[in-house]
Amino acid sequence: MTVSREASGGDTDLVGGAQAPSAGSRPASAKTSQKRRPRHWGEIAIFVGPALLVFSAFVILPVVLAGYVSFFNWDGGGDLGNFVGFDNYTRVLDDGVFISSMKNNAFIVVMSLVIQGPFALGIALLMNRKLRFRAGFRTMIFVPYVLSEVVAGAMWRLILDQRGILNSLMIQWGIFDTPADAIGWLSDQKLVMWVMIFVLTWKYVGLAIILFLAGLQGVPEDLLEAAQIDGASWWQVQRRITIPLLGPTIRVWMFLSIIGSIQLFDMARLLTNNGAPFDTTFTMAMFVIDRAVTGRQYGYATAAAVILFAISLTAALLFMRFVMRRDNETAEKGAV
Amino acid sequence: MANMRRSGVIAALAASSALLLAACSSGGDDPAPTNSGTANGSDEPVTITWWHNATADPALTFWQTVADEFEAANPNVTVEVEGIQNEDLQRTRIPVALQSGEAPDLFQQWGGGEMVAQVNDGYLKDISAMVADDVERLGGSVAPWQVDGKTYGLPYQFGPEGIWYRPSLFEAAGIDEVPSTLDELSDAVQKLKDAGIEPIAVGAADGWPAAHWWYNFALQSCPSDVLQAANSTLDFSDECFVTAGEKLQEFIDTEPFNSGYAATSAQQGATSSAGLVANGNAAMELMGQWNVSVMTGLVDDTEALVADLSWFPFPSIEGSQGDPTAMLGGGDGYSCYVDAPDACVDLLKYITSDDVLTRFASEVGGIPAAPAAHSGITDPNLQVQAEYMAESDYLQLWLDTSYGPTVGAAMNDAIIQLFAGNAAPADIPAAMTAAAGQ
Repeated sequence: MTVSREASGGDTDLVGGAQAPSAGSRPASAKTSQKRRPRHWGEIAIFVGPALLVFSAFVILPVVLAGYVSFFNWDGGGDLGNFVGFDNYTRVLDDGVFISSMKNNAFIVVMSLVIQGPFALGIALLMNRKLRFRAGFRTMIFVPYVLSEVVAGAMWRLILDQRGILNSLMIQWGIFDTPADAIGWLSDQKLVMWVMIFVLTWKYVGLAIILFLAGLQGVPEDLLEAAQIDGASWWQVQRRITIPLLGPTIRVWMFLSIIGSIQLFDMARLLTNNGAPFDTTFTMAMFVIDRAVTGRQYGYATAAAVILFAISLTAALLFMRFVMRRDNETAEKGAV
Repeated sequence: MANMRRSGVIAALAASSALLLAACSSGGDDPAPTNSGTANGSDEPVTITWWHNATADPALTFWQTVADEFEAANPNVTVEVEGIQNEDLQRTRIPVALQSGEAPDLFQQWGGGEMVAQVNDGYLKDISAMVADDVERLGGSVAPWQVDGKTYGLPYQFGPEGIWYRPSLFEAAGIDEVPSTLDELSDAVQKLKDAGIEPIAVGAADGWPAAHWWYNFALQSCPSDVLQAANSTLDFSDECFVTAGEKLQEFIDTEPFNSGYAATSAQQGATSSAGLVANGNAAMELMGQWNVSVMTGLVDDTEALVADLSWFPFPSIEGSQGDPTAMLGGGDGYSCYVDAPDACVDLLKYITSDDVLTRFASEVGGIPAAPAAHSGITDPNLQVQAEYMAESDYLQLWLDTSYGPTVGAAMNDAIIQLFAGNAAPADIPAAMTAAAGQ
């Protein structure tokens, strides 16, 4: 199992990949010549085989099976039931709850990028300077990200409940008289999505900051010094030099953030008690689980899962093709 | 006096318990387990696996004791008992076990539409012949565990839903009598609001607790025969299903529920709907007979709570077509897997025997499915519930259980949307009809 873990670990280490462009200008020719060298097939099989087997059995096969099941009206028991063609798909796309879940996910994607990005960039730029207790600050900022999603969701629920810690404090401070007058952070249909955005920002902004800080280490000191000698202000240095050089890191963070937002499930489910109030905070992943496990409509839910998969895949491919294209090219050429 | 109805998945409960007592004693079902009924009466060792939904005492220990007693009386039988959390058991463990073919012999069964699906998939053992006398003895509450006249499981408890309330808060608000009609309930709500008390707690974030309000409005709005027919035909075209939503809409508009009820869960912690009532932050909650055990788990001073906790049946609606004594309820039972040995049925017969259920009532609490075991009920609220149930002319299984998961989920979602103000009363039966057609 060590073999497979190493093999897959190397492939999926996106954070490592993010740093690769800034890590330096390793000549690419060495890599290509290595590829041309004749390989021992037995060696390849030993290293790749277990990983490939596990990947096929637990990723490829379930995806294919899901595609198959989504054409049936399966209730989760017995045989697959009636073949209904694309009926499940047309019904899912006509389901008001699914459409509103899609909108919620889209809202979360946009808000995560718009709020977390600039915020994290600002903090990272500030913290990149020589500060007292810098290591301590960095750790503190990263703590929410390390916290388990379930714990974070349950914790914020306790804080934000109608009779939760926040409203209790506000009553103590004399802002409200009784819990009934206080703010329904999680029960107000207009407010709740913004509350969720706040909690998501709290939870995930640490990742963005750490990524950006790592990226900032790759910005050459001499460039900054040269700019300062030329009389550029701190702000001009950041805007003209640091941020453009941070581009690849920012784009990788955006990629992670988009995919994470589309697949948001566990923390949101805990925070909102499965889509409350009145299904307004349903995400697509919550929709899939709810329809399958509670409604026993496995065929229908699987169709929704396939749509969710297609959306994630499309978003990933489009982002790779149009936004991260330059990064991939430069990496291949071995230039910064 | 009551009729007994037992068609389809209807639970039409029970004439007087005296009548059934008589039926029971004539049945002569001895609580001591016997192996005589089994086809292979030999002493070949048999192992039975038993999955139930009790994860805490006293129920956990009680079921283990029952298993030990059965083993002692049947030396060739080994019973392996496993208690699994209710939702995990119902939604994941049992469906997966049945699908894989590695199912436990005896497992929790909630009856109704979900059981019909299991029967259709061939997962359940037809135990009709072996439990004929038990069906007779248990009476009308067995109906949800029967399909087309055949028995696929037996209930051990069956209880009604009603409104749990805190008499001290009613007194503080100047409410002298418990509401017996919807208008009286609305008056009580207003008085509680005037006194600064949150009237009714509902865990709408969990969906079903809010949906149960509509169920009860439907039960009070629809004639019994319409409801009874709908259980098997899934025909919701009767105008009364719309009326139920209209009446509920009017009631919701009076804002009777706790602030932030849309995000309130039903049973978790002090800020859940059960917790609000248990801690005196709200006066009423509509809930099944298990609620007292949920509430006592959420307070420190159990005795003070139990002393100040009472129950009344759902109020009737003036001028409606519904039977005012009609009650909504549900229960818990067990089914045997299709390949289970006959000893499984023997164990089930022992579990549902009058002796075990009497002890169940006194040691675990709840309303036992056997009328003869009602003598074991010690909790005064449960005694009241058992009396009302005995006098009810029509007892309806939870609508979502009865109609099956697909219609049930669509119905609950539509009701939630009515609460949210996004759906009209007519949208609820429309969504149910659409789901039934799938």
